[in-house]
Amino acid sequence: MQRYSGFGLFKHSLSHHENWQKMWRTPTPKKVYDVVIVGGGGHGLATAYYLAKEHGITNVAVVEKGWLGGGNTARNTTIVRSNYLWDESAHLYEHAMKLWEGLSQDLNYNVMFSQRGVYNLCHTLQDIRDSERRVSANRLNGVDGELLDGKQVADEIPYLDCSKNTRYPIIGATVQRRGGVARHDAVAWGFARAADALGVDLIQQTEVLGFRKENGVCIGVETSKGFIGAKRVGVVTAGNSGHMARQAGFRLPVESHPLQALVSEPIKPIIDSVIMSNAVHGYISQSDKGDLVIGAGIDGWVGYGQRGSYPVIEHTIQAIVEMFPVLSRVRMNRQWGGIVDTTPDACPIISKTPVPNLFFNCGWGTGGFKATPGSGNVFAASLAKGEMHPLAAPFSIDRFYNGALIDEHGAAAVAH
Amino acid sequence: MLHIFCPHCGELRSEEEFHASGQAHIPRPLDPNACTDKEWGDYMFFRDNPRGLHHELWNHVAGCRQFFNATRNTVTYEILETYLIGTQPQFTEQAASVAPTATREQGEKV
Amino acid sequence: MSQTHRLPNGGRVDRNKVLTFTFNGQQYKGYEGDSLAAALLANGVDIIGRSFKYSRPRGIYAAGAEEPNAVLQIGATEATQIPNVRATQQALYQGLVATSTNGWPNVNTDMMGILGKVGGKLMPPGFYYKTFMYPKSFWMTYEKYIRKAAGLGRSPTQNDPDTYDNMNHHCDVLIVGAGPAGLAAALAAARSGARVIVADEQEEFGGSLLDSRESLDGKPAMEWVAKAIAELKGLPDVKLLPRATVNGYHDHNFLTIHERLTDHLGDRAPIGQVRQRLHRVRAKRVVLATGACERPLVYGNNDVPGNMLAGAVSTYVRRYGVAPGKKLLLSTNNDHAYRVALDWLDAGQNVVAVADARSNPRGALVEEARAKGIRILTGSAVIEARGTKRVTGARVAAIDLKTHSVTSPGEWLECDLVATSGGYSPVVHLASHLGGKPTWREDILGFVPGEAPQKRVCVGGINGVYGLGDSLADGFEGGVRAASEAGFKAVEGVLPKALNQLQEATVALFHVPHEKGTARAPKQFVDLQNDVTAAAIELATREGFESVEHVKRYTALGFGTDQGKLGNVNGLAIAARSLNVTIPQMGTTMFRPNYTPVTFGAIAGRHCGHIFEPVRYTALQAWHVKQGAEFEDVGQWKRPWYFPRNGEDLHAAVKRECQAVRDSVGILDASTLGKIDIQGPDAREFLNRIYTNAWTKLDVGKARYGLMCKEDGMVFDDGVTACLADNHFVMTTTTGGAARVLQWLEIYQQTEWPELKVYFTSVTDHYATLTLSGPNSRKLLSEVTDIDLDREAFPFMTWKEGLVAGVPARVFRISFTGELSYEVNIQADYAMGVLEKIVEAGKKYNLTPYGTETMHVLRAEKGFIIVGQDTDGSMTPDDLNMGWCVGRTKPFSWLGWRGMNREDCVRDQRKQLVGLKPVNPTQWLPEGAQLVFDPKQTIPMTMVGHVTSSYAHNSLGYSFAMGVVKGGLKRIGERVFSPQADGSVIEAEIVSSVFFDPKGDRQNI
Repeated sequence: MQRYSGFGLFKHSLSHHENWQKMWRTPTPKKVYDVVIVGGGGHGLATAYYLAKEHGITNVAVVEKGWLGGGNTARNTTIVRSNYLWDESAHLYEHAMKLWEGLSQDLNYNVMFSQRGVYNLCHTLQDIRDSERRVSANRLNGVDGELLDGKQVADEIPYLDCSKNTRYPIIGATVQRRGGVARHDAVAWGFARAADALGVDLIQQTEVLGFRKENGVCIGVETSKGFIGAKRVGVVTAGNSGHMARQAGFRLPVESHPLQALVSEPIKPIIDSVIMSNAVHGYISQSDKGDLVIGAGIDGWVGYGQRGSYPVIEHTIQAIVEMFPVLSRVRMNRQWGGIVDTTPDACPIISKTPVPNLFFNCGWGTGGFKATPGSGNVFAASLAKGEMHPLAAPFSIDRFYNGALIDEHGAAAVAH
Repeated sequence: MLHIFCPHCGELRSEEEFHASGQAHIPRPLDPNACTDKEWGDYMFFRDNPRGLHHELWNHVAGCRQFFNATRNTVTYEILETYLIGTQPQFTEQAASVAPTATREQGEKV
Repeated sequence: MSQTHRLPNGGRVDRNKVLTFTFNGQQYKGYEGDSLAAALLANGVDIIGRSFKYSRPRGIYAAGAEEPNAVLQIGATEATQIPNVRATQQALYQGLVATSTNGWPNVNTDMMGILGKVGGKLMPPGFYYKTFMYPKSFWMTYEKYIRKAAGLGRSPTQNDPDTYDNMNHHCDVLIVGAGPAGLAAALAAARSGARVIVADEQEEFGGSLLDSRESLDGKPAMEWVAKAIAELKGLPDVKLLPRATVNGYHDHNFLTIHERLTDHLGDRAPIGQVRQRLHRVRAKRVVLATGACERPLVYGNNDVPGNMLAGAVSTYVRRYGVAPGKKLLLSTNNDHAYRVALDWLDAGQNVVAVADARSNPRGALVEEARAKGIRILTGSAVIEARGTKRVTGARVAAIDLKTHSVTSPGEWLECDLVATSGGYSPVVHLASHLGGKPTWREDILGFVPGEAPQKRVCVGGINGVYGLGDSLADGFEGGVRAASEAGFKAVEGVLPKALNQLQEATVALFHVPHEKGTARAPKQFVDLQNDVTAAAIELATREGFESVEHVKRYTALGFGTDQGKLGNVNGLAIAARSLNVTIPQMGTTMFRPNYTPVTFGAIAGRHCGHIFEPVRYTALQAWHVKQGAEFEDVGQWKRPWYFPRNGEDLHAAVKRECQAVRDSVGILDASTLGKIDIQGPDAREFLNRIYTNAWTKLDVGKARYGLMCKEDGMVFDDGVTACLADNHFVMTTTTGGAARVLQWLEIYQQTEWPELKVYFTSVTDHYATLTLSGPNSRKLLSEVTDIDLDREAFPFMTWKEGLVAGVPARVFRISFTGELSYEVNIQADYAMGVLEKIVEAGKKYNLTPYGTETMHVLRAEKGFIIVGQDTDGSMTPDDLNMGWCVGRTKPFSWLGWRGMNREDCVRDQRKQLVGLKPVNPTQWLPEGAQLVFDPKQTIPMTMVGHVTSSYAHNSLGYSFAMGVVKGGLKRIGERVFSPQADGSVIEAEIVSSVFFDPKGDRQNI
């Protein structure tokens, strides 16, 4: 792998940047792999990378129907945090957080992980109770978190309307200072480049059409470019997981909904951190380019169109102007939608399936980006050993039968 | 924003008046106590989630408050029909390939 | 000197109305009818800003929505700042204040420009992914400096003084664009009697005709436009919206229009007027007449001020009477652009030459130019421009299109304006918002709208129909089609005659070759706003970014506020050639709303502040305010939280209120509790199925508490339901859960058990509920009611009808405080009068109003739960120690029963609700605090539960709490610990959750 550095940039500038290598190869699929990952998004690419790096399994293919990182990885609002309520979630996301903290160096690719702090605003007394509960749990789990009162919030977040004139006055907030944002595309590309360098085949423009089984056991995938054999198959296809499961002959406790987001025109920095409010329903951060990156809620119906309904956008903008009235004259540039795979308890499914040797990693809903390295890491370990990694084990499909749900939205943690 | 024909009101109204309530035609098991945990979990949580035609339950919350079903394409978002609870859809995944796309929305007054 | 570049005559400006404005602190003059860009050009302003990445000087490049450079800050005061206004779309007004958004100390001598020159080489696309990684801890520092360069304009830092509106419409035909095709469509549709809306983004209707040299019926084309507008205005169901951009095409023919009502008058709307309006339109049919957008050729130094889109030059000359230079050199690959040379000549200016990439052009305009003696260099193109702050010359050389190479050394021509035209791109944005993939048409070298299920018609330029006569006919026919599809009978009409001129095909040239090769040639910009060069795109493909989305994302092509209106097709062409595929194989990126940016305020409309969401008050709100209540938000309700007296704080007030209830009597406004009237012969059976407990034996006149669970067995609401008659019940729900519960009842009745005859009506707002609670409540109530309140005659958990304060009332003897209590329900209209009489009578009992906080304390002392505070969607009735409320033998398998018997729900060691008593009675356990058994464990600690409710100030005299603890009910008497943020640990004893009057004597007196 051609190593990246400031010096490298300088050297290449002397040859007018004509000699940069390809970041990854365009290989022809082999007949059979040790592991085939279906889905070349952030999670899938991370899985492939950690399989190669941590488990020495390099005979791996990632099969992607479109382009690398082209699904939700390319469409999210890039927020990273680990301040989840329940132990199972907190441990998983904190595992991811620790990987984020060294990811640029590990991949030799600057993913611009920027720990600008993530604030969750409290507007009601119940918000305060829920926040204390979450922060207190975070602290005892080794996840950083603080509960701020209204005055501290006003001091820390300029231009946030902390007056009593708002519909739901802000009375406090939690902050995770290690939380922040990362550059979404770079995460996919960084994992892709590093995985490729370790020998992983990244096979783009190839759609998986089904799973081939022998005696009920998965032995590979049928693709638009023919059959590819595999000892184990890991499906990491986010919004399309339900569709993939159907091809494999079972159903998932998952519904795919549009999740919308939008950006403003680029403006000079005015929002330094990530600010989220569940009560008024909107969240905002500002990219290094100057765009305000704003998230909206999910649409209530199943949708695969990568777009949702206008009222969701409308309501989100109302929430943003309600929180930051000074932004009223700023303009919205662009909106879009992703397809998020939601589960009944707002927690992912990282699990074996009814089909032996076929594993699924899905159900990340509105919050998958932040888990990318952690999700890939534990899924890789599970695929390598054929047994679920301890951090992944609680996220089995079985919980929807026996009732051991990890109810993150019941616990009022924001899910983004 | 979807435009939905409420079969109770007999009018096309904007999505803002409605609430989507998930997959339709999932009857509650008649004897829940006879269900295994697995069967009960299937009933509560597992869904078809199709990429294509979806039969789904809607509630005209800001209108007549009545529930009804709709057949909607989850990729194009076209609504092919809405129909009353207890009745069956005309459009199904099997029939869809032969059924022409409706040139007029149900209830469209032209 | 003023307006040095203003032509002596011509243009649609009013030369009698002189307007003064400032740009970067300097004062200038322009005319009414000018755009800000036109006025700046009239004054010879070359440099309008500095580029984003390389800090290169930039000038005005276009004349409309596609402008990438002239993105300015507007606003005379802090509160009225508007970031990122395109000068080309901003009408000039008296006193306009504009500034550049980048450049230090100013745009003319910019220090960053030097850095850009030196550092630019180190900044290929994606350079930031390749560096700033070491040392690890430094990224936040690097980023601080990167962020300094972020953004174009700035947000105001004061609140917006203006008002915005939303407006809903239904129409038969919405016409987008009021150029020739759009107006023809509008006439056709409107004449049929259809309800028509015509929206156009420009200051006035006319589109391309506003600066056209062409005539209609032998008269200037704008005369026909004026006639058309007059006719449309005279029709009753036609709405004309100039300054209104259709920005988004959403599902099922829902479109949004952003209308700028006063931006042409000032940075702040005149008093009483709305600044901008967002129209929300549901259209039966849509006619897209959005036209086409000229694209530039990509050549060396094509960003130096003085390079301009050919059509823009014509616009400035013909529409504004401004000559943006003296000596024009045109580089084109098509016929239409020749009009620029002719317009320039007509304006008495000097045309240096026309470089035409075609070898033997013979179109009508070409011949006209030739006849007028304009030098035409065929088979050639401008290879590179020269100049730093303004073009001083350009090199024209022969090129070979097949081999993409320069075939002659060429000739440097002196000029100060290079007009460039690389053909036309149909404006397919709106047509593609819903995913219809645009189709490439080789004959017009542009993408046209693809197939889409929407009920829309595309007419004119968007279809690649460019001739004026054809466009009018296409528009008219489209209007007829739309109207008839919407159910109207079209009327025949006569169209004006346009001159039919021979027009030859455009030749495929996007990126002009350079003999040095792309990487070494002078910078050839593709996306001016984001400083994306042809070399950058080639590099991206070299590095393996092969999909169009990858190229876009890696280079930032098309990410600007113009969303790549000028650059995208050129970028595609460059990537396609580099990857050796065709343009259609490359495909386009997704088109998304908005077409042009929309003000947040306009989208939000009036839905901010107190109407962000409706505020719900009870009928007694005025009284609460008079009593000095502090309020708490509960759902959409404002509820009195506590009633401070004489400067009391929360704790003092609550302590006093609690004591008053325990000692004498208090009054609570409980009107916000949800109330659902349930009637029908099967009402009782329905309750049996929906509640966890049994309702079969509840007699008329009695009331019962019930829990509701979801199918998973988790508690989600609770309340008391009273039996009014055998087929008539009234249910109460939690304040926040009222709507949810009603919907819950409806869905089961309508979809699962339609055979049950039962009907639900929300009556929350119809009744006010006054709760009198305390040992003196009977005495007090007896003074204002005719109801027999005798202990035996009116026992606990029953209700009676009668008069209270002379008003018909339902009185429930139920208690949420543990004290003797009566809940008085009266029609909301009478509530204030009833309250006043009770208060009057209550004086001698020291009747004390209390709020939600005291209610919470008192119920907690009794161990009563609050759903949503003591529960969280993961608790079964047994977890809450409320197994007594579970009908285990009910014949019907009610909602929740099967769920709460799943494997994980019946296991040992589930978290259970218990009382918690801090060992130190003055210590308060924070609500939400986590609990552990072993406070000495290292992190991560094993958490065994948390505090759900906790009160230090109460009637008990010691701090107490409720909480959930793993296996807590079997651990009564044991200790738990709560480690705090400050390192301290609060120790508490697990106790019964009933702290006060465990036998319940007091509510039974």
